[in-house]
Amino acid sequence: MSEITRDTVAHLATLAHIEMSEEQLQAMAGELQQIVGAVAQVSEVAGDDVPATSHPLPLRNVMREDVVGEPLTAEEALSGAPDAEDGQFKVPAILEED
Amino acid sequence: MSADILSFEEAMENFDPVLGFEVHVELNTKTKMFDAAPNAFGDQPNTNTTPVSLGLPGVLPVVNKKAVESAVRLGLALNCSIAPVSHFARKNYFYPDTPKNFQTSQYDEPIAFDGEITVELEDGTPFTIEIERAHMEEDAGKLTHKGGATGRIQGAEFSLVDYNRAGVPLIEIVTKPIVGAGDRAPELARVYVAAIREIVKNLGISDARMERGNVRCDANVSLMPKGSTTFGTRSETKNVNSLRAVERAVRYEIQRHAAVLTAGDAIVQETRHWHEDTRSTTSGRPKSDADDYRYFPEPDLVPVVPDPEWVEQLRAELPEPPSERRKKLKAEWGYSDQEFRDVVNAGVLDEIEATIAAGATAGAARKWWMGEIARLANVRGTEIAELGVTPEHVVEIESLIGAKTINDKIAKQVIGHIADGEGSPAQVVEARSLAVVSDDGVLLTAIDDAMAQMPDVVAKVQAGKVQAVGALIGPVMKATKGQADAGRVRELILEKLGIN
Repeated sequence: MSEITRDTVAHLATLAHIEMSEEQLQAMAGELQQIVGAVAQVSEVAGDDVPATSHPLPLRNVMREDVVGEPLTAEEALSGAPDAEDGQFKVPAILEED
Repeated sequence: MSADILSFEEAMENFDPVLGFEVHVELNTKTKMFDAAPNAFGDQPNTNTTPVSLGLPGVLPVVNKKAVESAVRLGLALNCSIAPVSHFARKNYFYPDTPKNFQTSQYDEPIAFDGEITVELEDGTPFTIEIERAHMEEDAGKLTHKGGATGRIQGAEFSLVDYNRAGVPLIEIVTKPIVGAGDRAPELARVYVAAIREIVKNLGISDARMERGNVRCDANVSLMPKGSTTFGTRSETKNVNSLRAVERAVRYEIQRHAAVLTAGDAIVQETRHWHEDTRSTTSGRPKSDADDYRYFPEPDLVPVVPDPEWVEQLRAELPEPPSERRKKLKAEWGYSDQEFRDVVNAGVLDEIEATIAAGATAGAARKWWMGEIARLANVRGTEIAELGVTPEHVVEIESLIGAKTINDKIAKQVIGHIADGEGSPAQVVEARSLAVVSDDGVLLTAIDDAMAQMPDVVAKVQAGKVQAVGALIGPVMKATKGQADAGRVRELILEKLGIN
């Protein structure tokens, strides 16, 4: 299991757009390391016959038929938007074309 | 900055291209991938959303069964294995085209993997392309950049977002690296995307209209020095949205890479943007931390476990593959190799098939679709299928010609009026009085005029030079605005002059 360092946390914080102080980075590195360590213990116990689990529910193939429901009106859709114009969400220009 | 490019020939002398494609196919399901909002094109902005497609807190996505079925059928058509267990994953990134700050996609367990398709280059040479995977995901919303001089993002002050498209089902088809295409790489790129478009259209799972973004291609290009088997650094040209553009973009990138490598510089692994106006690519952004998408399993969606019996049933019900269908049609229609290739390349196979089914001969169907209709579409800068002329129209035109109501020349005018939305051929002929003049009285009056004006020609014909009669037919056709049957005019003139 890879080690969680202060730099790992800093990298994650950048990706997640979360501003963290140096103290927080240090503290979080320690806490995450403990969590990852605990999970690693589980991995050691689980044999090859135990499949990886991404959620605890014994469900599969929960699907719906392709039938149109009632959509929101544009007014409803925009009701929680900080800013809107011409029936659309208005967002600051983002200089990262893709 | 636009890098210098090498001539394509020079690039090919020194390098072998390696290609890779990511083609996104928008499904034509009635609803979105994870919610019951309508999947529709061209509606008022933000009228096709639900709390799920807006990513509001506390919502629960539910997978569209029809979209899964479409994905399985596409996987089978691409000769892929269908995953016994398949998961969704979150691809995290910050950009306002996704309201959730992640795209629900698939990561290490796609629904379909390890396939291959064999495409035909223009001269009929087969080329097999291996498919790495086909996975399900959702489309993003549409951004309009405002305040910049050009409507492009550079200089924009703000952007407007329409989430109607957010959550529309997509299937992304990823190829394995394609080697060995050599100087036919650009052609192969076009033919591959055309084949995917044809397959999804044939399956009926997508409207497959590239101009609407139903089929979008990201093209990866890298070069290896001749003789090497080590892949070079690649560039990824995004959203190349026509078949012609795919071919041109791949060709351009090969030339650009060759120039950079020949100068001893290194290719930067980056996203490139294709510009149809300058027929060149420009640098997007380099691969960076921003590409660390922190994929993790989607906790709100349970695994998709396709029932093997269902998969086999879908396999058994697949339509005939386009390549098989083409072979059959070619034999049925009796076209030459060249004629048939032209028909395929013009994309009018369906139209010709429907025209023949509606009663026209194979020859007549080809004559009109590859002739006047194709010419008109080209002049008007539209797809043949978008022109508004239907197979039924063509059959009706043929029967009007057969009944001598119109001739070929008038038929061409009629096609133009149909494309203008003036109705069926019979309606156009009626409304515009285009029927061939069959009233001998009208024709004889015009003939008398012509003969009165050209007594010398009359004398020649009477003296035995029958071929001179053409000089008399011309003015008669002109007097009847081309709506006379030239054969009948000739008969009448000769009759009048007592020659048979």
